Amino acid sequence: MARMTYSEAAKLALAEEMRRDPTVWALGEDLGPEGGVAGQYRGLQAEFGPQRIVDTPISESTIMGSAVGAAAAGTRPVVELRYCDFGLCAADEIVNQAAKIRYMTGGQARAPLVIRQTIGIREGLAAQHSQSTEAIWTHIPGLVAVAPSTPADNRALLKAAIRCDDPVVYMEHKELWTIEGEVPEEETVDELGRASVWREGSDLTIVSWSTAVHAADAACRELAEKGIEAELIDLRTLYPWDKERVFESVEKTGRLLVTHESCRFMGFGAEILAETAEEMFGALKTPPIRIGAPRIPIPFSEPLENLCRMTAPRVVAAAEKLMGHG
Amino acid sequence: MAGSRSDAAFESAHLEPITVTTQPNMDPEVERGFRHFRNMLTIRTFEEAVVKARLAGAIRGSVHPYIGEEAIAVGICANLGDEDFVASYHRGHGHTIARGADPAAMMLELYGRKGGTCGGKGGSMHVADISRGMLGANGVIGDGVTIAVGAAQAAKLLGKDSVVVAFFGDGGLNRGPVLESFNWAKTFDLPVLFVCEDNKFASTTRTKTVTAGPGPVARAAGFGLHAETVDGNDVIAVDQLSGEMIGKIREGAGPMFLHAVTYRVRGHLATDPARYRRPEEVLRHTLLDPIVRCEAWLRHHDIGDEVIDREKKNAEDYIVGAIAAAEAAPFPGVAEFIADVQDIGAPTWPA
Repeated sequence: MARMTYSEAAKLALAEEMRRDPTVWALGEDLGPEGGVAGQYRGLQAEFGPQRIVDTPISESTIMGSAVGAAAAGTRPVVELRYCDFGLCAADEIVNQAAKIRYMTGGQARAPLVIRQTIGIREGLAAQHSQSTEAIWTHIPGLVAVAPSTPADNRALLKAAIRCDDPVVYMEHKELWTIEGEVPEEETVDELGRASVWREGSDLTIVSWSTAVHAADAACRELAEKGIEAELIDLRTLYPWDKERVFESVEKTGRLLVTHESCRFMGFGAEILAETAEEMFGALKTPPIRIGAPRIPIPFSEPLENLCRMTAPRVVAAAEKLMGHG
Repeated sequence: MAGSRSDAAFESAHLEPITVTTQPNMDPEVERGFRHFRNMLTIRTFEEAVVKARLAGAIRGSVHPYIGEEAIAVGICANLGDEDFVASYHRGHGHTIARGADPAAMMLELYGRKGGTCGGKGGSMHVADISRGMLGANGVIGDGVTIAVGAAQAAKLLGKDSVVVAFFGDGGLNRGPVLESFNWAKTFDLPVLFVCEDNKFASTTRTKTVTAGPGPVARAAGFGLHAETVDGNDVIAVDQLSGEMIGKIREGAGPMFLHAVTYRVRGHLATDPARYRRPEEVLRHTLLDPIVRCEAWLRHHDIGDEVIDREKKNAEDYIVGAIAAAEAAPFPGVAEFIADVQDIGAPTWPA
């Protein structure tokens, strides 16, 4: 095992894939000299040259649209859109082109590309740089949606995303860039669509992803002190989500709590609750609960911004409510 | 050589190929023009039949006829080879045929049938033939242009000497992604020929009433693109000028822009009677029909009625056969419905 940050793990994954496959390349703003907003590309232009680590103009539509053309013409682009908020500038090319080119052409063309766009709140970046838009992409047929929560996952899942023949929306969380974790020495490529179980427990099932998993993990420790054993599942891939693993857990615990940083209303948690209610109603001991941000733009002012964050106390409170202690 | 790709297409057609009988010892220049004539005729005949079928309700959805603009696709695609790409827009049948796609398979596609170019799942606005470097018509104005510059970037990265042609309309010149792509292609020195097919209408609006500045060439030149204008209804002129430009681009001269001036003699859609303009205006432009002009050019080069009439009849017979085959073909089924969405999380995904 090697200790590295979430950002370093992502850089390692991309470098390994670029060494392995000469058709892999990356494009986006500020990848060269600064190495991306979090240093996740630092040094790669020196190794691979400006033709494969491409600094682009501020042209999100063409960054994304050209990647679709480049993918159809035989390469595997990794698109860096920096903030998911800017990903919306390329929403047409993601939704109307990347996601549909394979289906519309009857399978003649494919778009094997990765769309990296960071999500989440970090240090007062305010309403246009803090959103979590994952539910938009999970709704679109043709796309895979991934949101890694640890350095090890960021390496293994980014590699899987690059090797995947589908367009993958890959959502790193800005607050996780600097967290450190153990990453296996050997190359690991994870299977997309499979959850990871952080903690086993028999009293309730907590499903989460991205930075909210860390809050849930802290909450689980606190709950354990109170005698409540939660099973914590990190979905990692949101579409397709690991229904099998979640249902297996709900079968055991009979209680489901979904927690995410994005808006609760129409958040991806709603889909998980709906599917669970439809398919696992008999196993549920109590109505399932989802928690997320209020349906309010992310404010700048720190105390107000904090009201949009997912925190361990919020998870604990929801879990206790679910256990009938609330 | 001009037309060689089309011959390959007809060999792979579901129907007997259209017979092209060139005269023995035909002058190569005349033979090239003759092939242009034949290719334009195929597009025209295809489009007229498709419009009829759309009005009769046999074809569904949006159909944007390329009637009267055939010289642009045919003249330009005559200068492309197997490694080259084109990307098109909603008015894309002509580019697809000119690129050598099988018109019978395209007809199946427009009818939404099995065996269509895209298995019946794309239709008129998404017709594509990747095997012939035709990256697709497109339902979103300007998006094909971004795809084209990306294909050029990929070709460059892979060390190929491909040229990519981005076809779009005059209305598309007002979309941000198109302007981004001009800057992009010039910045990265990509082998792209941007072709603005200026048919004077953006859907049902006269483009000039919603467009600032001195025109397409000046706009392209503002991005540092070498820009030229051509009479888009003169197939010989389009062939010559685009041939020179494509040759230079292939040699590394960087991206260029061709303003091909034409006129949309039909409505925006097959179903659009285009009442927003006077019949005299349309008539004036109909007199400049590219096929009529090419026919006159051929007659001037001693190609007689017998040959011209035979080609017209061959094209007609071929398309009649394509329509009959499409009407008789089965629809795709559930297997096709759920195929080619995605690998990970496909509709058949276990969970």
